[in-house]
Amino acid sequence: MSTWDWQVFCKETTTGDVAPSCFGSGGDITYLDWLLSAWGWTLSVSLLALLVALLLGSLMGILRTAPHRGLVLLGNAWTELFRNIPLLVQIFLWYHVVPSLFPVLRGVPSFILVVMGLGLFTSARISEQVRAGIQSLAGGQRMAGLAMGFTLPQTYRHVLLPMAYRIIIPPLTSESMNIIKNSSVAFAVSISELTLFALQAQEETSRGVEVYLAVTGLYFISAFAINRAALFIENRVRVPGMIGGGGH
Amino acid sequence: MIRRAAVVASITLTTLSLPAFAQDSGTLKKIKDSGAATMGVRESSGGLSFTLGDGKFAGFHVELCQRALADVQKQLGLAKLDIKYQPVTSQNRIPLMQNGTIDIECGSTTNNAGRQKDVSFAVTTFVEEVRIAVKANSGITSIAQLNGKNVATTTGTTSVQLLRKHERGTGVNFNEVFGKDHADSFLLLESGRADAFVMDGQILAGNIAKSKNPGDYKIVGEVLSVEPIAIMVRKDDPAFKKAVDSSLSALMKSGEMARIYDKWFMQPIPPTNTKIGLAVSEATKAAWANPNDKPMEDYAKK
Repeated sequence: MSTWDWQVFCKETTTGDVAPSCFGSGGDITYLDWLLSAWGWTLSVSLLALLVALLLGSLMGILRTAPHRGLVLLGNAWTELFRNIPLLVQIFLWYHVVPSLFPVLRGVPSFILVVMGLGLFTSARISEQVRAGIQSLAGGQRMAGLAMGFTLPQTYRHVLLPMAYRIIIPPLTSESMNIIKNSSVAFAVSISELTLFALQAQEETSRGVEVYLAVTGLYFISAFAINRAALFIENRVRVPGMIGGGGH
Repeated sequence: MIRRAAVVASITLTTLSLPAFAQDSGTLKKIKDSGAATMGVRESSGGLSFTLGDGKFAGFHVELCQRALADVQKQLGLAKLDIKYQPVTSQNRIPLMQNGTIDIECGSTTNNAGRQKDVSFAVTTFVEEVRIAVKANSGITSIAQLNGKNVATTTGTTSVQLLRKHERGTGVNFNEVFGKDHADSFLLLESGRADAFVMDGQILAGNIAKSKNPGDYKIVGEVLSVEPIAIMVRKDDPAFKKAVDSSLSALMKSGEMARIYDKWFMQPIPPTNTKIGLAVSEATKAAWANPNDKPMEDYAKK
């Protein structure tokens, strides 16, 4: 349509002057500085939310396979609650509704709220994968573990989970990549991440195509880095002869 | 469809390459040949342009465009002019104007020098003043009192940049909170997450009018910025711009403009039948008294 103007990223964000080094100095901020800081926010939100999601998702997934009706019910309720409400609605509930019910939460920074919101949403999906992973193992493994004299937690720790996690690495990888992309909802609660940057910078600079291309590139790089890291882990922990273990 | 697209493309190309023959080509010819015009409208731009649902659109600028197109129809001697409505957003309105999807944009576009490189604007019909809305009982009356407070504004608007400039110029430090749309920003003010909401005056007035207790809020403080809002037309199409301009100028001269303004900003409007209640500003009156298409930068110089 029109020619590219990549110099837009070297512009100072208040005055619109082009900074010679493309990075602002002395309190000046260029769009490039802002873009990188926005990338930092996207990664911080995503990685912390992923941590929350892995911890809670694993816990809930394990509970759903435990031989105890109450625990199974708790795990199931958790999973259904968080995966049946749209993500944006959940973020909105955490930001606007919950603090008005519990005034104590008013002081919590929106960064924490969005990490929890995104983490809990994803934990429901991870719990489902962990459950599926554990249930895909032959039932005899649990019994064998118990028969060997392991306690139930020991059976999970040493017999069931090591195999279950290896099986679910591929869906977990997708989920980890999804969390990077889903972190864009954080813009709705005023986190200055990539999507907020894109919406704002394209309005200020009128160079929407360049801004969106840069942001798209960073999302892609982030998600792809996770993909490669997961592939590395998958190869390192592979056990020959098991499901997904490759050839002998 | 393909043939129409080809016609549009060829017209656009002709307009770009042969501006001297604009009278014979351009938007007027397109409207004459097709018997139809496409109006770019907004889903929710306060009283200027908004949807009534069901593909219907209304508002101050929509009515002005309808009147301008009626004059164009008369000028071209068309027995029937079919007006199509195409909702646009801040992000796509300029590309859609350039590629010929819309012929006239009747939303809330600020006429500034940057945009004038890509499109043209009809004479300014509304002058927007960026103001601050606060809770009536907050005691805040000026920007200086916002030091250390949370100030809400909407992502993807020029107000964000304006706040940044102001913060720098005056040394008043506040925390910016961004709502994802105007309703969200107003909710931030309503729920107490923000102490003030900085935005175009008519949007503030509209949100206050729609709130549960309009009496709880007021618009205060100095005018942060003055922005001429105008109807957008294609660049390098002087014949069409002239037709629209003369139609609007006639409305301004006859006083009809003031009556249309009153209808959309001072009387109850659909779909909820609430009043925006924003009296016509001195700046808007000045623009009507002296029709012009000066960009925002010229207003700042004063």
